[in-house]
Amino acid sequence: MLGVISYGAYIPLWRLQRSAIHPGLGGEKAIAGFDEDSITMAVAAAIDCLKQTERGAIDGLFFASTTSPFLEKQAASILANALDLKRDVFTADALACLRGGTIAMRIASDMVKAGSAKRVLVTAADCRIGAPDSSFEQNSGDGGAALLFGDSPEAVATVIGSYSISNELMDIWRLPGEAFVNTEEDRFIEEEGYLKVVEEAVSGLMCQSGFSVKDFSKVVLCAPNPRCFRTIVGRLGFDSNQMQDPLYDRVGNTGTAYPLMELVAALEEANPGDKILLASYGDGSDVVILEVTEHIKNKNYRGIKSYLESKKVNDDYRKYLKWRKILPLDRGRSVLIPKPSLKEMMRRQDEVLRMHGTKCKVCGTVQYPPQRVCAKCHSKDQYDKIRLSDKKGEIYTWTVDYGAGGLEPPVVTLTNIDGGGRAFCILTDASAHEVRVGLPVEFSFRKSYQEILPEYFWKVRPIRINE
Amino acid sequence: MGSIKDKVAIVGMGCTEFGELWDKSEEDLVVEAAYEAYEDAGIEPKDIQAAWLGNSRTAMRGAALAIPLKLEYVPISRVENQCCSGTDAFRNACYAVAAGVYDLVLVVGFEKLKDAGPERLRARYLYPDLFPQVPLGLPAQEFALKATRYFHDYGLSYEEGKRMLSRIAVKNHHNGTMSPKAQFRREITLEQAMKAPMIAYPLGLLDACGVSDGAAAAIITRSDLAKQFRDDYVLVKGIGICSGAKQAQLCADEDLIHFEENVRAAKVAYEEAGINDPLRQIDLAELHDCFTITEAITYEDLGLCPRGKAKEFVEEGVFDLDGELAVNTDGGLKCFGHPLGASGIRMIYEIYKQMQYKAGPRQRKNPSLGLTHNLGGTTGAYTVSVAVFGQRE
Repeated sequence: MLGVISYGAYIPLWRLQRSAIHPGLGGEKAIAGFDEDSITMAVAAAIDCLKQTERGAIDGLFFASTTSPFLEKQAASILANALDLKRDVFTADALACLRGGTIAMRIASDMVKAGSAKRVLVTAADCRIGAPDSSFEQNSGDGGAALLFGDSPEAVATVIGSYSISNELMDIWRLPGEAFVNTEEDRFIEEEGYLKVVEEAVSGLMCQSGFSVKDFSKVVLCAPNPRCFRTIVGRLGFDSNQMQDPLYDRVGNTGTAYPLMELVAALEEANPGDKILLASYGDGSDVVILEVTEHIKNKNYRGIKSYLESKKVNDDYRKYLKWRKILPLDRGRSVLIPKPSLKEMMRRQDEVLRMHGTKCKVCGTVQYPPQRVCAKCHSKDQYDKIRLSDKKGEIYTWTVDYGAGGLEPPVVTLTNIDGGGRAFCILTDASAHEVRVGLPVEFSFRKSYQEILPEYFWKVRPIRINE
Repeated sequence: MGSIKDKVAIVGMGCTEFGELWDKSEEDLVVEAAYEAYEDAGIEPKDIQAAWLGNSRTAMRGAALAIPLKLEYVPISRVENQCCSGTDAFRNACYAVAAGVYDLVLVVGFEKLKDAGPERLRARYLYPDLFPQVPLGLPAQEFALKATRYFHDYGLSYEEGKRMLSRIAVKNHHNGTMSPKAQFRREITLEQAMKAPMIAYPLGLLDACGVSDGAAAAIITRSDLAKQFRDDYVLVKGIGICSGAKQAQLCADEDLIHFEENVRAAKVAYEEAGINDPLRQIDLAELHDCFTITEAITYEDLGLCPRGKAKEFVEEGVFDLDGELAVNTDGGLKCFGHPLGASGIRMIYEIYKQMQYKAGPRQRKNPSLGLTHNLGGTTGAYTVSVAVFGQRE
């Protein structure tokens, strides 16, 4: 069966209450931490998705986003390293278009169908920034999702139809060098953009496939705002209980990740035989119909549901603006960051991005960073490289370094890793009063805040969701 | 293996004021320390046959001594071993003298840390494998991690542990008031130390030593030649130095509440010096108190008190100026300051002056054996030097 083998999602821990932006606004939006971006959130979603999957079997990887940190340079190659995928994996970015997530889904599905790949991982994440006080800022949220496509008897959902249209309209855009998205008058872009295009695309697929409105147990529509959502549901004639909760008041519109996150949420509650309709929007629309199989019940992912429950509130709007670098940081004398050596970054990729340690073949001692001569038994070059990023650990000791500068004093830990080895790691998603010796932690892929170049590495965080 | 015991004597020493010496160049520091040592030994610069420079971050090669001192065409080696640079330069000089190759040599340790900002202590290129995972690799963070674990393993509350550390800071500040060349020369109260701004939990500002400029110098000769220079020369009794291979970071079964490098270096120095009961035999010690926790752990590692008993010993005043074994009589790194490469020689300077009964108000009554100790590096990969000195028979 060709389809989705597994799925995963990621919602950052932090929620910004909209009332912190403007008194009187309701609900909250999910916001990436200061050390997260679209790459790190895509990694987190992929880790959720790949929990029960042999990573060496993956031969294709897509990263979809409108907020890649690079204008030139692939982001998927960083993901491939962070996820410890094999060398001969096909990697591609689907950037700049809000439909990037579903574009990647269609290509992945077609690659599997064509036989050019067996397992293709699609990730999508976005961390879009609206100008302060704009309605875009209020409606958008941050998050990521991942879907693994393949031809497998274990597939949880199969793709039974798809339809796309391309539409040229200047409704939402961002030029190089611009920090915030540009839009036009609301009624124009909604009527001539979202509402018209999605109505046309969904009707088109129904016409082509012979399905009718009532055939779908869940419908995923990703409108830019709640008003638009209500209008499109009415125009297409869906019943409100068919609709997947758009999470406007809990997460917000997460850009390229939005349709995939909503699909993951739909799959979490789906039953065998359910048909799910998914429509994305951005310079056109992709519509996909999936049918859920009996394997849907065997899955155990964090997914949307548990990430929604796991949250911390940031009610400090100024702090949020600093996280997004909209407000500058007071660069005191103690925040000079040494520039990394690119040669060294290249040499240490396995250690820093893949989080490989060495396990001595003679005495079994796990060591991080990798060592050629074993620290215990002194045997030379007798080791296997092992991935440590998916292990759990326990804080052995910690400090809060007020001299390190930056946004907030980092909690620095020495973490003992389950199964052996220890690593110096910064604790993230936690404040200093939560840390203690013995705290159970898991690894989380993050980005340095004050970088000269984007630098990615693994931090630890309190185990977010017990599985 | 041989031993350095009683083979080498110190016949002259010099030391500049330590501190934020904005108006003094590196050359000024070297000239001041070396010329004080020349005068103390009663020698002329031309008598120097070879020289060693201990320096960690601010000078390259032996020319950093040759140029300011106009030492012409003599062999000069620069020794870098982080906080042990000074003592390691001294050790190399001792071995050359003991081997009979040279009769009279100069050792200078200096550092000019304050010309650069804090980035001079930020060691991305020195410790590349800690980046980018650990921000900046600052020293306070390094030792704070040990303090947290020390408190945890010995069941000390924050207040209890902090009181022990603060007591050490108060002691060193008290000693510093009697030390005219020290960077900080004022008393602090226990309350001030306990409530000082946090720099790396649980360490506060007053748990940290000064970041300083400074230089110190020693002139050494073979012990059988020492009497030509002075009667009250000081003998080298033992030197141990060792480097960890990162075991405490790489092996998860290693604790962080002792420094194995301390234990190993002390063992070598004690064996050479014939010490088997350090607390009774040693009268004063200059310990590497870069942070108060480092001094506390070092008491235990060097056998000056049993494991986990640093708090009791500190509170009983065992290491006070009038205690059983005075530690950091000149204020230590805490108050004298810590120009990395100079610190080892500065410590020897204090032991030397104590043994000549020239330590003024901080003079110990019976300075029989004195010890110096330096520690530098990162977890599991410290370099530690321990040296023991004694008066002539």
